[in-house]
Amino acid sequence: MADFGMVDGNEAAARIAHALSEVIAIYPITPASPMGELADSWSQLGKANLWGVVPDVVEMQSEAGAAGAVHGSLQVGALTTTFTASQGLLLMLPNMFKIAGELTPAVIHVAARSVATHALSIFGDHSDVMAARQTGFAMLASTSVQEAQDLALVAHSSTLRSRVPFLHFFDGFRTSHEVGKIELVDHDLMRAIIDEDLIAEHRLRALSPMHPVVRGTAQNPDVFFQAREAANLYHEAVPSIVKAEMDRFGDLTGRRYELYEYVGDPNAERIVVLMGSGAGAARECIAEMTSRGEAVGALIVRLFRPFAVEQFVEAIPATVRSVAVLDRTKEPGAPGEPLYQDVVTALAEKGRPLPVIGGRYGLSSKEFTPPMVRRVLMELDNPEPKNHFTVGITDDVTHTSLDVDPEWHEPADVVRAVFYGLGSDGTVGANKSSVKIIGEHTENYAQGYFVYDSKKSGSRTISHLRFGPRPIDSTYLIGEATFVACHQWTFLDQIDVLELAAPGATFLLNSPFGADEVWNHLPGAIQRSILEKNLDLWVVDAHSIARDVGLGGRVNTVLQTGFFKLSGILPVDDAVSAMKSQIEKTYGKRGEVVVRRNVAAIERALEALQRVQIPASATNELAPITVVPPEAPDFVQRVTAMMIAGRGDLLPVSALPVDGTFPTGTTKWEKRSIAHEIPIWDPEICIDCARCALVCPHAAIRMKVFDKNHLPDGLPSKGATGREWDGMLLTIQVAPDDCTGCGVCVDICPAKSKEVVKHKAINMEPKLDHLEVERQRFERFETIPDPDRRTVKLDTVKGSQLITPLFEFSGACAGCGETPYVKLLSQMVGDRMVVANATGCSSIYGGNLPTTPWTVDAEGRGPAWANSLFEDNAEFGLGMRLAFDAMEQDARLLVTALAPELGQLAVDILDAVQDDEAGVIAQRERVAEMRTALATMDGVLARRLEGVANSLIRSSVWIIGGDGWAYDIGFGGLDHVFASGRNVNILVLDTEVYSNTGGQASKATPRAAVAKFAAGGKPTGKKDLGQIAMSYGNVYVAQVAMGANMTQVVRAFAEAEAHEGVSLIIAYSPCIAHGIEMATQMTHQKEATDSGYWPLFRYDPAREADGEPGLKLDSRKPTIPFKEFAAKEARFAMLARANPSHASELMSRAQQDIDDRWHLYEQMVTIHRTAEYADVEE
Amino acid sequence: MKPDLSTTYLGLGLPHPIVPSASPMTGDLDHLLALEEAGAPAVVLPSLFEEQIEHEAMAIHFGMDFGAESFAEAPGGYLPEMDEYNAGPNDYLGLIHAAKRELDIPVIASLNGTTRGGWTLYAKTLEEVGVDALELNVYFVATDPDMTSEDVERQYLELVSEVRRAVALPLAVKVGPFFSSMANMAKRLVSAGADGLVLFNRFYQPDFDLDTLEVSPNLKLSTPDELRLVLRWMAILDGRIDADLAATTGVHTAEEAIKLILAGADVTMMASALLRNGPDHLRTVVDGLQSWLWTNEYRSVAQARGSLSQLNVPDPGAFERANYMKSLVSYSSDWLTDHPTS
Repeated sequence: MADFGMVDGNEAAARIAHALSEVIAIYPITPASPMGELADSWSQLGKANLWGVVPDVVEMQSEAGAAGAVHGSLQVGALTTTFTASQGLLLMLPNMFKIAGELTPAVIHVAARSVATHALSIFGDHSDVMAARQTGFAMLASTSVQEAQDLALVAHSSTLRSRVPFLHFFDGFRTSHEVGKIELVDHDLMRAIIDEDLIAEHRLRALSPMHPVVRGTAQNPDVFFQAREAANLYHEAVPSIVKAEMDRFGDLTGRRYELYEYVGDPNAERIVVLMGSGAGAARECIAEMTSRGEAVGALIVRLFRPFAVEQFVEAIPATVRSVAVLDRTKEPGAPGEPLYQDVVTALAEKGRPLPVIGGRYGLSSKEFTPPMVRRVLMELDNPEPKNHFTVGITDDVTHTSLDVDPEWHEPADVVRAVFYGLGSDGTVGANKSSVKIIGEHTENYAQGYFVYDSKKSGSRTISHLRFGPRPIDSTYLIGEATFVACHQWTFLDQIDVLELAAPGATFLLNSPFGADEVWNHLPGAIQRSILEKNLDLWVVDAHSIARDVGLGGRVNTVLQTGFFKLSGILPVDDAVSAMKSQIEKTYGKRGEVVVRRNVAAIERALEALQRVQIPASATNELAPITVVPPEAPDFVQRVTAMMIAGRGDLLPVSALPVDGTFPTGTTKWEKRSIAHEIPIWDPEICIDCARCALVCPHAAIRMKVFDKNHLPDGLPSKGATGREWDGMLLTIQVAPDDCTGCGVCVDICPAKSKEVVKHKAINMEPKLDHLEVERQRFERFETIPDPDRRTVKLDTVKGSQLITPLFEFSGACAGCGETPYVKLLSQMVGDRMVVANATGCSSIYGGNLPTTPWTVDAEGRGPAWANSLFEDNAEFGLGMRLAFDAMEQDARLLVTALAPELGQLAVDILDAVQDDEAGVIAQRERVAEMRTALATMDGVLARRLEGVANSLIRSSVWIIGGDGWAYDIGFGGLDHVFASGRNVNILVLDTEVYSNTGGQASKATPRAAVAKFAAGGKPTGKKDLGQIAMSYGNVYVAQVAMGANMTQVVRAFAEAEAHEGVSLIIAYSPCIAHGIEMATQMTHQKEATDSGYWPLFRYDPAREADGEPGLKLDSRKPTIPFKEFAAKEARFAMLARANPSHASELMSRAQQDIDDRWHLYEQMVTIHRTAEYADVEE
Repeated sequence: MKPDLSTTYLGLGLPHPIVPSASPMTGDLDHLLALEEAGAPAVVLPSLFEEQIEHEAMAIHFGMDFGAESFAEAPGGYLPEMDEYNAGPNDYLGLIHAAKRELDIPVIASLNGTTRGGWTLYAKTLEEVGVDALELNVYFVATDPDMTSEDVERQYLELVSEVRRAVALPLAVKVGPFFSSMANMAKRLVSAGADGLVLFNRFYQPDFDLDTLEVSPNLKLSTPDELRLVLRWMAILDGRIDADLAATTGVHTAEEAIKLILAGADVTMMASALLRNGPDHLRTVVDGLQSWLWTNEYRSVAQARGSLSQLNVPDPGAFERANYMKSLVSYSSDWLTDHPTS
């Protein structure tokens, strides 16, 4: 009896890799991270490999580092693997050439993902693996979750036999994250497949002082070439080895694989060739078309490298008259994409002169469906079929695309269920549980695939679940659902939740209204869909039940119960008992009460589910859904709005920029309105401290002062305090639709009512009670002009907050600890700032479409922003500085040359001092005046000066990124930039983990904290990045924590900006990965500083020049023990629960770290370095 | 001959009546061993708080799920799933296991529940791990103006009888003094199944932080002045109800212990004084007790017990309301003396 399991593609591959490896070097990257995380957690739990040894899983500083460690481990003879994707694979390439060149058996498992080009994308295509096809690695493609496991084993066995290393890949997300029912491979089977003798041979070839050899010589023109050809036989042997391993696997399991699998009519005339998950859609299409008698087929490529020309051509039926090759990648400038070229070459070489067309599909996980395959096959029927086509998009520019008729019906015996939920309501988790229950408790095959939106706060999820009697090949989203569940009532007004409902489908709605009253509350469009599609509507008040049983907003269990009761996939009693045991299994170790409350939710749900009698007609009007207001710019109306509405797939090629350049300031048009409560200002109590505005992570609280004669109607205000604002009014306003309701502002507000202490100057109140009024007020508030920057003390908390932020309404997590710093920066220097942003959270909330938060001031100036990569951000930013400086030099020469014409203006421009706002503004005006003058001047010099004139205005380069970049992957470059002495500012948003990929440990993670890859508590201390930077002597360094000392933060930013050299600010940034209540993040920051865990300091080389010690401590000697701070954060407290004695040991060492560091700093503040660190003029 | 200090409490024969009561000190094995070394005849462990267990479990649950399944790059959430959370009563049960293994003296567990099911569930669990007796630490602040004292009392009694039905362990009930009729309540608690009463529990009480204007509940260590309330009720209840009586609160020196024994206590319990002075203080108190009994020619604790209870004093009214009035009159104030009125 086969042992079935419910796993996703990552787990399927990782369980083989873990069982067959001794060393695993990892680095997180989406969508491959879960493979590393699983391997790490298995090893943490002591799970042994096939030989009884627990694999050593080591997190490296980058994929380049992981590949180096893999290479070294292989050289000494260990069975070694790694997991990666996208840019990560690219960073491994140099080592891959070496590993293959040295004929070293190894497997790299890749969840294939787009390589960043005009934009980053975390989603799946083959552009990464295609970049590896020159390395000499064999490349084996899996098409499904089952194959991700099976071919992983084939890869491991084949590499040992062939000595050629393997890149085993499957499609990112579509396969890596699809949960499916597969037959599991056990250790016995692995033992039967893996040949121990081959392992022994691998060991014998390894480096050993007992039989020393030299590997990695430098060769010269005399022999390199021949030596390169010497390995040919090994590569040539790979196809037959892989086939033999597949056959052996097939004999033992009954699951037979081919290097090139043909499906379809044996006498087909037209075929498609493709690899990866698209094969699923192709299989379904071919089955349907052949059932109608069409002579079509598909050839599925598994072994892509070496491309076995003979076997490939042999797999094509003799009847075939034309071939379409589908590539999930794009290679601009090539005569065709790689697979296409291989097919053309193979056919030519083998004398099969078939017409071949090639096309692209599915880039960045673009949907690929059976109708698209059908359309491609239809194209082959054309007398002149389109070559180099695209399918799945509309290309109205170069007209490559094929128009697809989307009509498609999935088999009637497959249950197809779609669930709309919020990330925070547990919908996806519940659906994963349902898939597991059905997969494990019935004969049915099951598939779960989950779609998330691009936001980190208030994100929506759509779950696609299929259940059926056969293995499910449908590698695309559900188009017609037999069951639709809407887990949030508010979605009814926002998205068309019934778009996918099939006629007669069941519709389960989480409704605050009972069956007898719900109808009249439904939007007109929903009513019409229910009537037109004859839907069976059921309601349950899941929020009330979840709240009553003590599960807060987690409506998942209630609605999961509803699904099982209504779908009838298994008898309700069986389903309920399976749910209960699943709950016990999943939540049991978290505590009996968790289980009890979820079980109570099931029982309450069973009673509360109500069927709605559908009236004969709709009672509500159709209300048009306005995505963006009519005043939004044209691009936002045409393009951004479509993406916001979830209809970005419909945008044609012409709608998109050709080079990845987008307008800034678009978040303001995406009114997500996700907060349930928003802060409301009470001017009577306010003390003008500006803290609420400063700490707001979403720039949703604004503060302005204005002349009392210009009070906009209906805006509350108070007299502004401070001499410079004498006679002025002050107002504080919330952007009600942009607030996430995080509550950080209220938590920080120090002003309490004298009568009722819970009433502060700013209070969270139900949004719906205030929405209309606050919307109007915010509109009026926005009409108040900013004060003249020259009159504002920008280096003070209050002064900085009077300037409109140029970073607003990002999609960061509610209560994010990073964004307040970024926003503050935009207020202080946003009008002259260029940002180099490392990949990570800040590049995602800063640059993830549909809308982006960097914006412009009233004059249209604002931060210009770009993201290069994860590993190179410091260098990227330095390059920007070099360019500004080079252009300025050019401009100064040109101004000097044109001085006779420009007169005094040239002198003023060249002598301008721009060390304050007035200086910058004056220079900006001079340059504008010069431009006017230049416009009237002839000659090449004037034209050249026009091109570089702006470089004469002080620009501020900010290099921004997280600790994963600064401490790990980008540290080498960062260190080099420290040493450069050039005028760049570096802001490290230190969350102490890789936040964006889900909380993996970095070298910024402190001792004793748990994180992924450090589940047993990080045994080593945090790197002191500030001290490394200080060691150069000419780098300005500040360590700041907004919640601990706001004034110090603002000053540090101002000083960093003023420092004519490298400056580094390390900013403590609480993150949801810390396991804290984010509303209280500022308090956590304060306690981090009070405990000495996060001391505040500024090191200013200018002080050294003045004969004083450069370092100044801005926080007091620790006043509370580390454990008092740590006990309130789950990242530390979790270990104390899980392993108290180990936690206690780590905690005492962590306290020692703090004591030592403080002691060191105390000494450093007394030291004045006398060496001259400033650049020496030559 | 030295006086016989032995006593019996909840069916446990103890060599003397000075028992360390529930406190942070009894929550740690090293300290328990030190207490045993100092001569503790039994120990009462800190309370297993159902509310806290539930709170922690739900905090772990919500913490692990926070941010999970929301964002494509981090569907698995942001904290690593741990092998074990020691959620639920595991920590506490571990303490009991260790205490039973390492100590020779009886171990009394204490329980504070919030739900009916919780009281009985955890009582059974504690019985299963082999504690020698169970103290129910019952505390309920009735803030609902519609809830009557009768409702409150019924809740106390129902939970005692439910736990009684659930376990065969000797059962003590620790309550506060805030009942309209303490004596009647004590009697009904015993009828409901209590083998002993512990007078009285002390709770966190609200305090205000005048800098932050925040309410900051805390627990201050007791002082000997707090003895009076216990002394009164000990004296009143002795001989009137059929249960063992333990006195806690305000026992700092032998003097308070002696008074409580004279009022009728079978055991007197100490927490604050031990926390202040360390486990060895227990020996001092026992020595003091012995010394007093010997000096005053008592043969045993049993002889002295209850000799000054309300039933056994010539003026029973001294324990009643009149006493309050008298004490006011007899109160002497330096300030009043210095500021005579005309």
